[in-house]
Amino acid sequence: MKWSLIFELSKALMLARFKQTLIAAVGVTFSITMFVALLGFMNGLNTMLDGLILNRTPHIRFYNEIKPNPDQPISLSGEFSTSLNVVRSIKPSTSRLAIHNSESIMQTLTKDPRVLGLSRKISAQVFFNVGTIDLTGVVNGIDVEKEAQLFSFEDYVTTGKYPDLNQSNSIILGKGLADRMLAGIGDVIQLTTAQGNRVQLKVVGYYQSGLGDYDNSNSFASISTVQKMLGEPPSYVTDIQVKLKELDLAPAMAIESRQIFGIDADDIQTVNAQFETGTNIRNLISYVVGITLLVVSGFGIYNILNMMIYEKLDTIAILKAIGFSGSDVNRIFITIALSIGLVGGSFGLLLGFLTCLGIDSAPFETAALPTIKTFPVDYNPKYYIIGGVFSLITTYMAGFFPARKASSVDPVEIIRGK
Amino acid sequence: MTELKKPVLEAKNIEKFFYNPTETQVLKKVSFSVKRGEFVSVMGKSGCGKSTLLYILSTMDTSYSGELFMDEQMITGKPSDYLSHLRNEKIGFVFQFHYLINEFSVLENVMIPGLKLGKYSREEMEHRAIEKLKIFDMQDHALKKANQLSGGQKQRVAIARALINDPLIIMGDEPTGNLDKKNSDIVYNIFKSLAKDFNQTMLIVTHDPEFAEGTDRTIEMEDGRVIRQ
Repeated sequence: MKWSLIFELSKALMLARFKQTLIAAVGVTFSITMFVALLGFMNGLNTMLDGLILNRTPHIRFYNEIKPNPDQPISLSGEFSTSLNVVRSIKPSTSRLAIHNSESIMQTLTKDPRVLGLSRKISAQVFFNVGTIDLTGVVNGIDVEKEAQLFSFEDYVTTGKYPDLNQSNSIILGKGLADRMLAGIGDVIQLTTAQGNRVQLKVVGYYQSGLGDYDNSNSFASISTVQKMLGEPPSYVTDIQVKLKELDLAPAMAIESRQIFGIDADDIQTVNAQFETGTNIRNLISYVVGITLLVVSGFGIYNILNMMIYEKLDTIAILKAIGFSGSDVNRIFITIALSIGLVGGSFGLLLGFLTCLGIDSAPFETAALPTIKTFPVDYNPKYYIIGGVFSLITTYMAGFFPARKASSVDPVEIIRGK
Repeated sequence: MTELKKPVLEAKNIEKFFYNPTETQVLKKVSFSVKRGEFVSVMGKSGCGKSTLLYILSTMDTSYSGELFMDEQMITGKPSDYLSHLRNEKIGFVFQFHYLINEFSVLENVMIPGLKLGKYSREEMEHRAIEKLKIFDMQDHALKKANQLSGGQKQRVAIARALINDPLIIMGDEPTGNLDKKNSDIVYNIFKSLAKDFNQTMLIVTHDPEFAEGTDRTIEMEDGRVIRQ
C-alpha cells in the first residue's frame, strides 16, 4: 500500500477541519503537559521527603537489643520438655549494649559484594547540664568521614563545618537542643553520661534534620570522643550501619546476617514501611490523574473524528468507489488520530518539561527543610516515555472506533442517496 | 476483430431483493453481456432497478444472487480487497454527482486512483493526468481547487479521473442527470468521442432517450427485467 497517498489524504482531511483538529491536539498537549509536570513534581517531592529519612538511614542496622532471653533454663530441662511451662516476671538478661566481636563482623561485611560501605556508631544517653536544669538527650558517636560519605551527614549540618567534629571533645548540637540551651558556636557545654561521668565539649556546629523532635534531643560527636566519654575501649561499638548497593536486597540480607552473626539486624524496608506505602500511593494518585486527563482528551479526539466522518461521507464513498479498500480508509483515520496524538503529545512533552523547569525555579523555603531552596522536581525520562506512549495509545484507541465506522461505510448507500 | 468480440462484462441471472421495509424483488434474472469497445446504455423508468443493477455490476454491491464475470473471470463471491483492487484497476466511474474531493486540486483529484494503483511514479502520473485533462480541454484548470469549477467542468474532471487508469470499462450513473442542456451536450459529446476515438467500452445508465439513441446498443429495463437489448 502507498503510505504516501494515505498520508496525503489524511493531511487533506485534517486541514479541511483544521480548527477542530487543532483543538483536539491542544487537548492532548494539555493533558501530556499536566501528566509530565504532575509526575515530575510529585516524584520530586516524594524523593525529597523520603530522602529526609532514607538518606540518613542505614539500609541495615546491626545492634544488640536488650530483651528477655527466649531460652529460659526450664526449657533446657528434659523433664518438662513436653509440658506447658509458665514463668512469671522474666527480666532481660544482663548483656552489654556493645556488639561482641564487632571488628570481625565489620571485616566480613566489608568483603561482601553487596555492601557499599559501613560506618560504626555509638548511641549514648546523656544529660545536658544547663545551670540547675538537666536536659535528656542522645550523643551519637560517629565515623565522621564515613557518615558524610554514606549518609549525607554534611547536608544536615546547617551551621559550622562537619570536619571540625574530628577534633576531640567537639560536638554538633541538634538545632532545637542548641536553642534550648542557648549554646552558640564555640561555647563549651557540660554533660553527664548515664554512668555519671562529667564531660565538657565544645560546640562546633548545628544539626537540622527537618524533624523537630529528632533535633530537640540528638547531637553528634566523633566516635572516639564518645568512647572516651563513656570510658570504653576503642572497640566499643553499639551499632553498625550498612549501606548496600541495592536497597531492595536489605530485607533478605538482614535475615541472613541475623543468623550468621547472632545479633539483631533491622532493614530499612521494615523500619520505614510507611514511607514506601506513602510513596506508592502518591505515585498511584498522580498516574491516575494523568491518565484521566489523557482519556478525557481521547474523547475529544473521538468526537472530532466522528464529526469528520459524517462531514466527509462523500469523500469516503468516492474513495471506496475508485478502489480504496475498507482497510485503506481505516488507515487514513487511524493516521489522523495518531498524527493528532504525535503532534499534541510532542508539544505536551516539551511544555511539560518547561513547566517542570518553572516549578523547579519557584522558591520554596521552609525552616524545616534547610537544604531545600526551590520546589523539587524529578526529571526522570521515564515519565516522558510513559507520557509519550500513553498519548499514542489513547489517541489510537480514540481513533479506532471512528476509523472502523468509516471503513464500513457503504459507498452505494451514499452515492444512491444523492 | 476477435479481440473486439470478447465480452468485457457478463451478467448471468442476476437477482436482487430489498428487505426493507418489505421484501421486494428489484432485479429478476437479469442476463446480458457487454463486448469490448461497445458503448451501451441502460434505459428505463425511475425505479425499474437500473441503478441497482449498475452498482452490482460495479462490484460495490455484493448482496445479490447470480453470476458476474469481468474480463472472463468470475468475480461473484470474491473478497472485498480483491474487488477494491479490481475497481481501482479495471473500472472507471462517473456518477450523477461529481464526487470530487474539494480539498485537492483538479490535477490531484484525477491522480488519486492512479496513485492508489501505483503503476507509475508520481511524475509520470502527473504527466498522464495532464494528458487526460487535455482530452477535455481542462488542462488550464489543473491547479484550481475542485470547488472552484462549474458543474459541467467538475463532471469533465470526474470523467478524466475515471479514465486515469485506462480502465477496461467505464460505468456511468446518469452522468448528465445533474447538468443543464449545454453542459449535458458537452458531456454527451465527450462520451461519444471516447467511444469513437479511443474505442472505450462504456456502460451508461440514463433515462434520457436522446442520450441512449447515440449509443451502440440500448438495454431497456422495466420492473426489474430486461425487456429489450
